[in-house]
Amino acid sequence: MITQVTHMTVYVLDQNRALDFYTNKLGFRVVTDVPMGKDVRWLTVSPPQQPGLEIVLSPVSTAMFKQETVDAMTDLVSKGTFGVAVLTCDDIYATYEEMTAKGVEFTKAPKKEFYGTEAIFKDDSGNWFSLAQLT
Amino acid sequence: MTGPQYPRMYLYRRLVQAKLFIDRHYAEAIDLDCIADEAYFSKFHFIKQFKAIYHQTPHQYLKTVRIEKARQLLQEGTPVSDTCYAVGFESISSFSHLFKRATGMAPSAYLQQHQALKAQVAATPLAYIPGCFAEKYGWLPKQQF
Repeated sequence: MITQVTHMTVYVLDQNRALDFYTNKLGFRVVTDVPMGKDVRWLTVSPPQQPGLEIVLSPVSTAMFKQETVDAMTDLVSKGTFGVAVLTCDDIYATYEEMTAKGVEFTKAPKKEFYGTEAIFKDDSGNWFSLAQLT
Repeated sequence: MTGPQYPRMYLYRRLVQAKLFIDRHYAEAIDLDCIADEAYFSKFHFIKQFKAIYHQTPHQYLKTVRIEKARQLLQEGTPVSDTCYAVGFESISSFSHLFKRATGMAPSAYLQQHQALKAQVAATPLAYIPGCFAEKYGWLPKQQF
């Protein structure tokens, strides 16, 4: 019987930039940061109140993929093809104001939906997330 | 995209700015009265509104930020006394007491634990990466059959 999600992957275009975004703008904590050769690290972060979930910030890099795959993934990620997750918060208006002040790009301002209040933002690579205060 | 149309928007902005001020200036001797003034609140009203959003008073939040920054510095290998002063505490005993209450460990033990972990990760990195990822990314040694 499956019980939990412990790791999930987000493909990012630049690991250093992603590290700054996920820690300084989203407030996540670094769990593991291990160099694994030139320009590639095993880098995972967790939401502050969910240490058991590691988000792998995996680089779109020729160290791991063929050039044609890198080109295709770079195109898809950067144009916002992939939605990653729903992130919850206690107060969406305060969180929205704070993230906006830190320069995070929102494509949808907080709006009441039948399940709560939701906004949508993009990470520094183009992946999109829902930010929600569930009712 | 138009801006959000929600009640108390300006109140939110002022409270968030106060929080961000604490985030930026946690290492300094912050006077919370000044932050309340900057945010155009009476001190009492400021504390009440801040707590309604963040579930902590501004003073409690400042301590939380200092402890969190201290954890980061200790993880990076910064000595305990340097960490204490770098995050805005004036006494090592009060820092140690608060740190232990928040994390369950004394700062020196926390530092040692993370230095040992860092050394282990450097020596055996694949022990800290799930095998499925390591295999997919080509980090495992070639298997001989």
